[in-house]
Amino acid sequence: MSALTDLTLAEQRDGLRAKEFSAVELAEASIAAMAEARALNAMVVETPERARADAARADARIARGEAGALEGIPVAVKDIFCTKGVGTTAASHILNGFVPTYESTVTAKLWNAGAVLVGKSNMDEFAMGSSNETSYYGRVENPWRRKGDNRGLVPGGSSGGSAAAVAARIVGGATGTDTGGSIRQPAALTGTVGIKPTYGRCSRYGIIAFASSLDQAGPMTRTVRDAAIMLGVMAGFDPKDSTSVDVAVPDYEAVLDKGVKGLRIGIPKEYRLDGMSAEIAALWQRGADWLRAAGAEVHEVSLPHTSYALPAYYIVAPAEASSNLARYDGVRYGLRAGGDNLTAMYENTRGEGFGAEVRRRVMIGTYVLSAGYYDAYYRKAQQVRTLIARDFKHAFDDVDAILTPASPTPAFAFGDKTDDPIAMYLNDVFTVPVNLAGLPGLAVPAGLNAQGIPLGLQVVGRAFDEATVLRVGRALEQAADFTMMPEPWWRS
Amino acid sequence: MSLDKATVRKIAQLARLQVTEEAEQAMVGELNAILAFVEQLNQVDTAGVPPMTSVVEMRLRMRADEVTEGGDPEAVLANAPERAGDFFLVPKVVG
Repeated sequence: MSALTDLTLAEQRDGLRAKEFSAVELAEASIAAMAEARALNAMVVETPERARADAARADARIARGEAGALEGIPVAVKDIFCTKGVGTTAASHILNGFVPTYESTVTAKLWNAGAVLVGKSNMDEFAMGSSNETSYYGRVENPWRRKGDNRGLVPGGSSGGSAAAVAARIVGGATGTDTGGSIRQPAALTGTVGIKPTYGRCSRYGIIAFASSLDQAGPMTRTVRDAAIMLGVMAGFDPKDSTSVDVAVPDYEAVLDKGVKGLRIGIPKEYRLDGMSAEIAALWQRGADWLRAAGAEVHEVSLPHTSYALPAYYIVAPAEASSNLARYDGVRYGLRAGGDNLTAMYENTRGEGFGAEVRRRVMIGTYVLSAGYYDAYYRKAQQVRTLIARDFKHAFDDVDAILTPASPTPAFAFGDKTDDPIAMYLNDVFTVPVNLAGLPGLAVPAGLNAQGIPLGLQVVGRAFDEATVLRVGRALEQAADFTMMPEPWWRS
Repeated sequence: MSLDKATVRKIAQLARLQVTEEAEQAMVGELNAILAFVEQLNQVDTAGVPPMTSVVEMRLRMRADEVTEGGDPEAVLANAPERAGDFFLVPKVVG
């Protein structure tokens, strides 16, 4: 029998229910895998004692026939979700020592469904980054390496720790958050599955805010089925989040295998960027061919304002971030630096507590919101955002889902893009428009490139139509038959 | 539009960020690169286009004006860097 941690989340669930192994055994396997994989730096907090206690409780519930949807399943939680009694810093020094006294709604749903917390996963500081190199706790390394090449690669970001933990088989599922691609891009770079649901689908209560009109939580897993199971638990109306939407959550797993026969799939012509690499273009074509072979109708659509998505994002996101991050003042929680007076204390705390990328975005955000510039920047960007959302709305008159590459390149080397913020921002060129329009987007692994590292495709759907997105993702997954695993070089 | 060092210093003050002289200089270049990048938006005709105010089509809900939680100063103060009784302590504000 293969290691328990090699099983998918669905297989773990079924094995637990059939009593082939216990939740405690599974938790021990996950704890051991986490300890062996410290070289990846995927976790910022390990919670083995909590995991053992959660697992014992899960075994008791399984024995009583009261198993929840994730009963006894080990999960990692991105360190941006407040977890009561477990340190939470969003990988920022400014939240040094912060231990939440309350639980985020999404994680509360996981625990109610029986999930077992093994630890908090590393991330880019305040989710600002696409390579997991901005974490105060150090970069995460991608479990994948190029064939015959020992140099480390980035796992993508900002949910890089969650992606690495899933790819390295520490856990079958982890939570992520996605503001401009922070679930989908790391999923693509690590050969895992990640879905950003529709804005409003998962509660933002207790998630440390980055850009409130863009942030969404979602699951990261190794299969589309596992993503469907986990999303079903994480999603749902929450009165504690004023933008949470009160619509029913379908049984995503039940509709997965309905196939794509008769579905109309759009290929947005504006996503064919100048200079798109041949491997990404070929991957995209292959994805379209797979869906066609599975009975879908595939045709071109137009999203004319695509090229303005990134510039709009780099106004809206920093503006909202500068406002959200104003709360870190050294008064109520986290780091406090010295100062002769209140203002000096604020300035010193924030100067010391925020890393370079966060400072940069707070500065940009403050500037674009400052007196006299609001209309030229923020208002203009929100107008462009309306146009981008309209583009998608028109496209969805003709198609049921849209297929694009998930990222413009596979995993890159550490330091490759850290000196050039704009080059780093371009990682999210295919994912950012989806956040601006509030739509659901799924990244699914579609194969390896010539160097032997993963490439991913993205499926975008109508608002609140995660079910179709997952169905299309499942069809791609079946056609791609992606079963490759990274060599476990990290095992100590 | 191009930012100079004095403007960067002013923004840092508005953002309550201590920025070293050296970092200030680096930021002039970085922020100008980002602003040049977002300048592209000026190519888009947005006359008569309403700015997005709601990401998905929804109306904000009203709720009853009731106290639903609170009254737990220990939870609120648990992470305070400095406290005195049920208060947060800050450096002296008035001389």
